[in-house]
Amino acid sequence: MIKSQFKSPLFPYLLLLPQLSIVVIFFYWPAAEAIRSSFYLEDPFGFSSTFVGLDNFRDMVSRSDYVATAEFTIIFSVIVTFFSLAIALLLAVTADRVLRGASTYKTLLMWVYAIAPPVAALIGIMMFDTLVGPIAGFFQALGWNYQLGTNRFDTAFAMIVISIWKQVPVNFIFFLSGLQGIPKSVQEAAAIDCASSTRRFWTITFPLLAPTGFFLLIINITYSLFDTFGIIDVVLKGEPGNNPVTLVYKVFLDGFRGNDLGGSSAQSVILMILVLILTVFQFRLIERRVHYN
Amino acid sequence: MSIRNILVGAMATTMSVAMSVPAMAQTEITWWHAMGGQLGETVNEIAEKFNASQSDYKITPIYKGTYEETMTAGIAAFRAGEQPNVIQIFDAGAATIIGAKGAVIPAQQLMSENGVPFDINDYISGVRYFYADKAGEMIGMPFNSSTPIMYYNEDALKKAGVTPPKTWEEFQSVTAPKLKDAGYVPLSQSHLPWIFTENFYSRHNLEFASLDNGYDSGTPIMMMNEDPIKGHFTAVKEWLDNGMFAWYGTGWADNQKPFNEGQVAMWLGSSGSFGGVKKAATFPFDATYLPYWESLTKEPYQTFIGGAALFAMSGKPADENKAVAEFFRFLTSPEIQYFWHRETGYVPITTAAYELAKKEGYYKDTPQAEVGIKQLTERAGDWTRGYRLGFYVQIRDVMNREYGKILSGEKNVDEAFTTIEIESNKLLERFSKSMGN
Repeated sequence: MIKSQFKSPLFPYLLLLPQLSIVVIFFYWPAAEAIRSSFYLEDPFGFSSTFVGLDNFRDMVSRSDYVATAEFTIIFSVIVTFFSLAIALLLAVTADRVLRGASTYKTLLMWVYAIAPPVAALIGIMMFDTLVGPIAGFFQALGWNYQLGTNRFDTAFAMIVISIWKQVPVNFIFFLSGLQGIPKSVQEAAAIDCASSTRRFWTITFPLLAPTGFFLLIINITYSLFDTFGIIDVVLKGEPGNNPVTLVYKVFLDGFRGNDLGGSSAQSVILMILVLILTVFQFRLIERRVHYN
Repeated sequence: MSIRNILVGAMATTMSVAMSVPAMAQTEITWWHAMGGQLGETVNEIAEKFNASQSDYKITPIYKGTYEETMTAGIAAFRAGEQPNVIQIFDAGAATIIGAKGAVIPAQQLMSENGVPFDINDYISGVRYFYADKAGEMIGMPFNSSTPIMYYNEDALKKAGVTPPKTWEEFQSVTAPKLKDAGYVPLSQSHLPWIFTENFYSRHNLEFASLDNGYDSGTPIMMMNEDPIKGHFTAVKEWLDNGMFAWYGTGWADNQKPFNEGQVAMWLGSSGSFGGVKKAATFPFDATYLPYWESLTKEPYQTFIGGAALFAMSGKPADENKAVAEFFRFLTSPEIQYFWHRETGYVPITTAAYELAKKEGYYKDTPQAEVGIKQLTERAGDWTRGYRLGFYVQIRDVMNREYGKILSGEKNVDEAFTTIEIESNKLLERFSKSMGN
């Protein structure tokens, strides 16, 4: 093998420059700016900027809604991640068994993937609307006085269902291809040894799906923490009121709606730390236990 | 396409561009606004009328979304040096833009510097000082000014055998029970902070915040944990529990819709909602004044204006500022004010425009359109001029959140108002610090 050698040692760096500058301009610079402004109190128009140390962080945690928002974010993310993975896995395993009309069935399941989050939320609002929504009507007929937008729990319920619905197809596609990647010979050998299909699934199929599952776990946590923004925004109809929001949405509310840049930056810094911890945790602790082929 | 065709096309384009350039250079200015739908079309019409009325200046209106979005876009643009000449900022954002020294040129100064006559006494008293500074200099030019009024379904009231209530006492003892018996939801409203808080204070002439409702410099404290407002919300919660009031969430339209559809008999909305209700309602309706508590005041006081004002942003060349001043002259002319009033339901901001509307017989055919302006010109008190409070968008969000907790039964009135008091005063303190105080 011929080893290619650059004439100048600086040349590789030059080739890396475009990529590096994009990373610096679009990721490190804004992050550094957010950290800087989290220590300042600034008027919206940028005329005066005062160093306030950790005041922004102190004010943030002393506000009653910040803790409530953090709690809601955790509950929301756990439920959305769990159910979008579980439902997708169930559907994928079922779809994998289908022989007749398999492609129609699969296409129908993937369909929702093409819908943008705000559109998904608009459809959701129509279904859950207190006065005219069929789902709300169904709950009301069952005796649950369902009230989208006025009752905190009911609004949270709608946000969670819409977020799961939107995410299931993505997971479904990955799980299905993961399932199809499991060699037929392994499955057949297992079928000879063990008659229970449930047990075969948990001992053979599920461990072999672990790499896909781990990848999807990260994707789904990120999705529920950050990408559900559009859904939440549409469900709130521009007025947060007494409805629950996630931490990311609160950064937007305080920074862009409330024009409190310092306070909003302090919240983004907390989010950055959270993401950092999550990433380290996932790759250090969980990945070791996942068997890639 | 052959090369010849391209050449011909290019030449034609060049020629048409060359020909469309007028002999005299026009000064072009931009106007960012938050008026969507029908209102946006009326804004465009005003701009077209201005452009057609003379040839020196050309104004281009650009819709930037909701009030909050427009303000955020304006701030971001200002920081990048790309600000529009004129921006529409709503009541809750007034403290932010006026507090930022150097972001805007006061409307009064802009007009007098550019030879446009200005007399603050030409403006309706309820409108005059809301966007002015402590000394009474007008900073923002009031544009779409409205005030909360009560719309009612005439069929519903006839069926129940009641007249629209003047006071909340009358509402809860007579009007609401009868409307309920007649099969209606008696009342809904569309904006708890604006209608049931700010205008509650103004209607009863109560101090809303220290330092002259925030107009004086310094860090004001809000008078939110007080008996009158707590008494009002205790009553509202009782009405809700007894089926005399309905609350459909924080969104404006969600609360207006049941009235438009005839389920709710009376609705508190904006005087600017008149056009929309007229279009949507299938029943005869009328409008009247915002009720008050007789136990708090024998006679009511004027309400605050809501809506938004136009601000001339600084950092623009003199000829463009001159164009803005000319546009303000055009905008405040009685004819344009009357046009705006008639098309949208917002109140005319000058006495001359109001007189013109009267002279044209507009209120003879549509007496509802006069309710807002009459309410704005009722007697004034020490606390009816307006309020100037920073981070007010966030304070309103705190109110909405806590009111939601009261109405959904998560918190009692005392707990909720304690939270509102603490958090809004903390926000005011933060705002004051951010302004370098």
